[in-house]
Amino acid sequence: MVIEISCLEVWREISNYIDDALEPELRSRMEAHFKVCKHCSAVLDGTRNVVKLIADEAEFEVPTSFGSGLYSKLNASLGKTSS
Amino acid sequence: MRPYERAIYFAAKGALDNPADAEEVAQETVLKAFNALPNFRFEAKFSTWIIQIAINEARMKFRKDRRHLYESIEAERQDEEGDYRPKDLADWRDIPSEQLQRTELRDALKRAMAALAPKYREVLILRDVQHVSIAETASILGISEANVKTRLLRARLQMRDALAPGIDGSWVTGRNEYKKVRPFS
Repeated sequence: MVIEISCLEVWREISNYIDDALEPELRSRMEAHFKVCKHCSAVLDGTRNVVKLIADEAEFEVPTSFGSGLYSKLNASLGKTSS
Repeated sequence: MRPYERAIYFAAKGALDNPADAEEVAQETVLKAFNALPNFRFEAKFSTWIIQIAINEARMKFRKDRRHLYESIEAERQDEEGDYRPKDLADWRDIPSEQLQRTELRDALKRAMAALAPKYREVLILRDVQHVSIAETASILGISEANVKTRLLRARLQMRDALAPGIDGSWVTGRNEYKKVRPFS
């Protein structure tokens, strides 16, 4: 028998649930809760979407100018050090 | 240094959320790390060491910049005591891929990220953009693993509240304006 869990407890652990960082017993309790609680499963879907969006987003690319700017600064600094 | 460029840049961006400032700080970080290389102790991971330098540099820049004074006070007020309750319980199932391409959603994501307190943004970027482990994130930021998890939870739930269609939905409805949902407390 799975012991029930409250919505508040689910919200506390939702991030660990997404990261698969929970003990199997707690995970099962949360899974049972999601089956019957529309609100918590909406919070889970949305939070998962956020994680997916952040991981996929092209916004999180390094600007193209970064490498060239970095190496010219590095060269300038090395030039100063060696002179 | 090339394999670490992305990590350094995003570590700086987590603390600053300004691409130009992050780029400047990241470049300074590389120079500083290059000069400090003889002091590097091999018992630490090189990535942890250099990301720590980037975050420290970024925080120093953040503190120097008086424009952020109000924001930093606000961030201090947001303690980690008590539970974070999601504001919006509307359904938000899988996003169709064509919607992910929409400018409105990308802009909303950018704004939501910028609205996070730096301490939450730092953790979110290390974990969800850079995929750094909980243990390494804790070591980089000098906080406990439990604290990393708490901050990550809050960051993700705040991002969700800012982006969930039911509470605002500017990217779903196509409205031009974006209604800020902060403060979250």
